Amino acid sequence: MDGEAQRSTASWENATLAPVDSLRSERAESPMPGLVEGTEPGAGQKSAMFVHAQSFEDLTAEGEDEREAELDKSGECADELKVLVGEKSVEEQHNIDVTSETRTKEEDVCSEAWRSHRKHVFVLSEAGKPIYSRYGTEEALSSTMGVMMALVSVVEADKNVIRSIHADGCKVVFLTKSPLVLVGVSRTSQTDKELLRELLYIYYQIVSLLTLTQLNHIFQHKQNFDLRRLLAGSEYLTDNLLHRLDRDPGLLLSAVTCLPLASSARDVVSSGLQAAKSESLVFSILLAGDRLVTLVRKKDQFLHHIDLHLVFNLVGSSSSFREGEGWTPICLPKFNTAGFFHAHISYLEPASQLCLILVSTDREDFFNMSDCKQRFLERLSKRSAYQALKEALKCPSYSVEQVAIPELRHFLYKSKSSGLYTSPEFPEVYQSDAEQERLMGLYQDLHSSLHHPSRPLRSFYRCGESENLLAWVTSGFELYLCFSPLGTKALALSAVNKLLKWIRKEEDRLFILSPLTY
Amino acid sequence: MGEKLPRVPGGARLHSDGLSRPVQTLRVKMVLLGSSGVGKSSLALRFDKDEFRSTTPTVGCAYLTRVVHLSDVTLRFEIWDTAGQEKYHSITPLYYRGAHAALVVYDVSQRETFVRAQVWLKELEKQYIPGSTVIWLVGNKVDRAQDRQVSVQEGQSLANDRGLLFTETSALLGDQVCELLLAVAHRVHECIGAQQGGLSEWQETAHVDLHRRDTFNPFVSCCKVGP
Ligand SMILES: Nc1nc2c(ncn2[C@@H]2O[C@H](COP(=O)(O)OP(=O)(O)OP(=O)(O)O)[C@@H](O)[C@H]2O)c(=O)[nH]1
Ligand SMILES: [Mg+2]
Repeated sequence: MDGEAQRSTASWENATLAPVDSLRSERAESPMPGLVEGTEPGAGQKSAMFVHAQSFEDLTAEGEDEREAELDKSGECADELKVLVGEKSVEEQHNIDVTSETRTKEEDVCSEAWRSHRKHVFVLSEAGKPIYSRYGTEEALSSTMGVMMALVSVVEADKNVIRSIHADGCKVVFLTKSPLVLVGVSRTSQTDKELLRELLYIYYQIVSLLTLTQLNHIFQHKQNFDLRRLLAGSEYLTDNLLHRLDRDPGLLLSAVTCLPLASSARDVVSSGLQAAKSESLVFSILLAGDRLVTLVRKKDQFLHHIDLHLVFNLVGSSSSFREGEGWTPICLPKFNTAGFFHAHISYLEPASQLCLILVSTDREDFFNMSDCKQRFLERLSKRSAYQALKEALKCPSYSVEQVAIPELRHFLYKSKSSGLYTSPEFPEVYQSDAEQERLMGLYQDLHSSLHHPSRPLRSFYRCGESENLLAWVTSGFELYLCFSPLGTKALALSAVNKLLKWIRKEEDRLFILSPLTY
Repeated sequence: MGEKLPRVPGGARLHSDGLSRPVQTLRVKMVLLGSSGVGKSSLALRFDKDEFRSTTPTVGCAYLTRVVHLSDVTLRFEIWDTAGQEKYHSITPLYYRGAHAALVVYDVSQRETFVRAQVWLKELEKQYIPGSTVIWLVGNKVDRAQDRQVSVQEGQSLANDRGLLFTETSALLGDQVCELLLAVAHRVHECIGAQQGGLSEWQETAHVDLHRRDTFNPFVSCCKVGP
């Protein structure tokens, strides 16, 4: 097998980028000497932007029970790691069928095509009523749902919460989040943990539309309630979120990416938002497509990346905010599952990509929010930074060639303390959707290995037919690199250092280093 | 802010000399109600830009403004285009409370939207203060003649029974849409504008002074005329 696992060793030692002095004390703790959390490239200067205490592990921990905690997470044993890696075969992992991701509701649920979708997702109520199905109508699927409910209830009665079933190249994963039950059926090589994480996103998507309080209330009063009534017209949000889960590195990394922008311009935009404040305002978020321009928050209030992704998904999925100013209740479930915020959502200019989201606590505060936007826009349009921002929109990404590392095709770099990541555009070889999804699948595999519940790896190198991959995690960052098959392991190792240096040099353009509060 | 002179097919005079003559501008709060998919946002887009474009369902509510010039007054319509989806129903009272005009829209090719329109009418009537709100029943999508499920007569007689005004439109073709807005403008001006304190005056500078919420809160009825 080509795969090779490696724990942090001396070969990484020369990767120190941060000023040595300030780090001495932490060195011993750090798995990778010299780069501790908070000093890695892309780390914010003042304070973290998101709740970074809620990392990937916290995210899935919710969906899992205590038995998990008993497992040894240290991953000390090198033999174990080899076994883990040896099990994998690059070939069998990625026989991806290129299914179109468009909604195919009318599909016959007995057809081959329906069965061959890579990943099915079902949501049902605890009483077994269908709520959502990714493919095919819920009605047509009700017998399938019935079977699932039977499985869930049998095993639950045993006080032995069913987690997953593996059969016939298929994995069935269950997530019980009262009053909902979510089921994922996957033919991908993702681990149960990854699949649970995705189901959890879907759960949060539903909660963000209704709040958990309302869900509980509904099912307490009427166990048999047909929740589709309340979700009608919003299925497209869940569809799109599932699509993003396959494609968006941000959802995989639990991070968001920024529009590359000179820090001087970004600072002007941020302080403009900071100035356009109002008592009920909690978050001001400026987006350019799927990229964050800046985020200003109330002091001591943090926006979790999941909530931010739900906002991205809402804005990206709806053309309705293009007409006039949107004003909608929205629950940010990682902030509070019990209540609604009220979001003022509008584009800065009619055909602009720049979308401003002002999150308020007061549902009657529309005009104040509208005024905040107006003040922000008036102020910004007088500044040259606005022009710089508009220029930046023309090249929202960068090419990997800028990094000038031979054989490097693509990478993902996440700064853990800021919750932000950066990644170049896909190169020529990954232009098609299918190729991009394949690469994302490879990254997902690496991610699974690094975050394996019982045997996490620090680093991982894998040769494949079409590309060579290296993944590396420290307490400060997570890095995934994709090289052409011509690249060697030695080359990959030396690339890390070079890439980190490049990111350090570019960090004030690629990241938000000085997040502001009101 | 995208406020243009309307394409007026008659009835009102356009002020090309708008600046030279100080015309009073009055604020009109208008709400669009009706089931999801009947075409409220499409009508609003016609009002605003005279365009037709397919959009996704409205999330929560959309706010837009549209200025209509009548011969002796300018009306600034502040339009609340609500979402028809059931999950948003609990917040719609926010928008029709204190509205000067309410358009209750149904789709002539979907009978259940007509039934739903009657539920909206009932709900509005609970709040209704005679003379304070112009309620207009609107049957949209008349272009879908072959799929029609609600006849003109049915719409008209419902309107007659309840003492409402009635128009059939096609947001797709633009049929009767501008006429509708203009008719609403006239009606609102006649019925409410004439009353003491019926419509408040709009000042360009108003939004700078928003912190005085008491004077500029759309959710507080600006028309306290009662019987
Ligand atoms: N044929 C036809 N289609 C129309 C007309 N008006 C709107 N539509 C279509 O009907 C669908 C729904 O229109 P919307 O304007 O979004 O409906 P809505 O009432 O705003 O729906 P919600 O925002 O969910 O409450 C869209 O696909 C429109 O293109 C019309 O006059 N004729
Ligand atoms: Mg709409």
